[in-house]
Amino acid sequence: MSTSVHDEALALLRDMVRVRRFEERCVELYSAAKIRGFLHLYVGEEAVAAGVMRALAPDDAVVATYREHGHALLRGVSARSIMAEMYGKLEGCSHGRGGSMHLFDVAHRFYGGNAIVGGGLPVAVGLALAEQMQTTGRVVACFFGEGTVAEGEFHESMNLAALWRLPVVFCCENNLYAMGTALARSESETDIALKASSYEMPAWPVDGMDVLAVRDAARHAVEAVRGGGGPHLLELRTYRFRAHSMYDPDLYRDKAEVARWKERDPIPALIQQAQIAQDDVDGIESDAKAEIDDAVAFAEQGTDEPVADLTRFVTSEIGRT
Amino acid sequence: MSSVTYREACRQALRDALQRDPRVFLMGEDVGRYGGCFAVSMGLLDEFGPERIRDTPLSESAFVGAGIGAALGGMRPIVEIMTVNFSLLALDQILNNAATLLHMSGGQCNVPLVIRMATGGGRQVGAQHSHSLEGWYAHIPGLRILTPATVEDARGMLWPALEDPDPVLIFEHASLYGASAELSDDAGPVDLTRAALRRPGSDVTLVAYGGTVRVALEAAEALASQGIDAEVIDLRTLRPLDDETIVHSVRRTHRAVIVDEAWRSGSISAEIAARIMELAFFDLDEPVARVCSAEVPMPYARQLEDAALPSAPDVVAAAQRVCHG
Repeated sequence: MSTSVHDEALALLRDMVRVRRFEERCVELYSAAKIRGFLHLYVGEEAVAAGVMRALAPDDAVVATYREHGHALLRGVSARSIMAEMYGKLEGCSHGRGGSMHLFDVAHRFYGGNAIVGGGLPVAVGLALAEQMQTTGRVVACFFGEGTVAEGEFHESMNLAALWRLPVVFCCENNLYAMGTALARSESETDIALKASSYEMPAWPVDGMDVLAVRDAARHAVEAVRGGGGPHLLELRTYRFRAHSMYDPDLYRDKAEVARWKERDPIPALIQQAQIAQDDVDGIESDAKAEIDDAVAFAEQGTDEPVADLTRFVTSEIGRT
Repeated sequence: MSSVTYREACRQALRDALQRDPRVFLMGEDVGRYGGCFAVSMGLLDEFGPERIRDTPLSESAFVGAGIGAALGGMRPIVEIMTVNFSLLALDQILNNAATLLHMSGGQCNVPLVIRMATGGGRQVGAQHSHSLEGWYAHIPGLRILTPATVEDARGMLWPALEDPDPVLIFEHASLYGASAELSDDAGPVDLTRAALRRPGSDVTLVAYGGTVRVALEAAEALASQGIDAEVIDLRTLRPLDDETIVHSVRRTHRAVIVDEAWRSGSISAEIAARIMELAFFDLDEPVARVCSAEVPMPYARQLEDAALPSAPDVVAAAQRVCHG
């Protein structure tokens, strides 16, 4: 393995470990009632965001779902501002207005944090339309779960994006369950890539537990999209190791099934595949811990937005443009 | 001055906006080759090309959401939805995204989007093309709701709507498109912030908007012949409401009749009545009266539809009741 390949594997490992440890800390903080509301964790699915984000340029736009802490973190939104958002603090990336499901950071072109299944897709199509009309050469990455393919907005968005050949990469995170409903129990046709292909869109399944495979597929797709090849869809086959949310007793999955998928944990898989030394792993773990400790300390020190500001930003304070 | 239809005034406004700002584009069903289902955008495809006059598939949620995304991405989209009934297919995008993103993102994601749609009844097109749901939309914080009732407003509201950094919905009453009025050759943007006094009067305030303004004006003429001097206020903007103009009028006339083409229950007329009660209760000589559509899906048969819609005789009768008890 060449140095650059090894360095990239280390970087991908770092990305996944940062997300994994961030999510695990969120569980502790939720139990300690520091974080409230809904909390959807990305544990087990880290290879998807890590691999796709590596393929994007800094000024590409990202639209994500309510399971988006990892996406935000790996797009460069600081752990501090994400954690402060979880705490509902003014220093949060959405000023405490959004919470776990609604992380926004326009400076990083991170457009949510969308908690209506399917609702982010038309917005991603529109962002891509703006890029196309302004000939920026930028692309939009749009993440959504496999449950979305039952929504009309999925089909409307596939069609419109393909019809207008818009620069968007649709990243379907197929973790097999829409909350508690298995794909096979809700779809007459479970082949998601086939659905996208029927809109004349290049689409293919990818092993979402293999971060190198995700990265390669994403690079291929992003390059094609940026080159004017129209939208692409990646069906990233993954699995969430934890329940849908903190409210979910996880009664609908076979324990053996969860255990089988955990054997494919993308973090040890990469360590083994790239032959990453224990010292390197330890260093990454210790850096991640320090980053998250710092983020929690930052959030603890955060300020509550004054209640007097409740109605700020219902309408813009900026001048007419 | 020249005589211009409401439809032509809408088209002039679109042309003006497209000429003024290269970020502006129009998209919707049949806005291009067909020329718009109400012929509002006729000719604009030839003038501005398919990039800026975009025909869309019949995907209200996707193209409204695409308008939101394009607005976030630096464009100034005008999205046309054929009728307000069809806008329900895009309600998720309008409410959960357009109206919400700014507050939910802590002030980062303003959505400078304009959505135009036809509203209202009176054309015998039945219950899925004739309703007046603008009052529903006026319920939603984060949206500005405009209801041009005149040729001047049809011409003048679009540009200030596009200058608004936040989403604006413009409801064009479908039965007005063919109506003509004199319009100054240099007509341009209008002030969106105030309701307009369309007819001064001293005995009763008729509060109307959109398609009911002409109903109220017709009623005011009939009332004048009976010795009742009615004032007619055109709200123009349903959100935010111009309380001041309404209350100022009611303080002088001491009586109010609200004319609203929507269903009565939970309507904008209910909101206006509540505000008059909150702000001018002791100025009232009589309870506020309302003339609304019958609470039925709009029927096709002419006599039934006429009976369902607010009419000038209905308004006259309501005004007589509040003036003479």
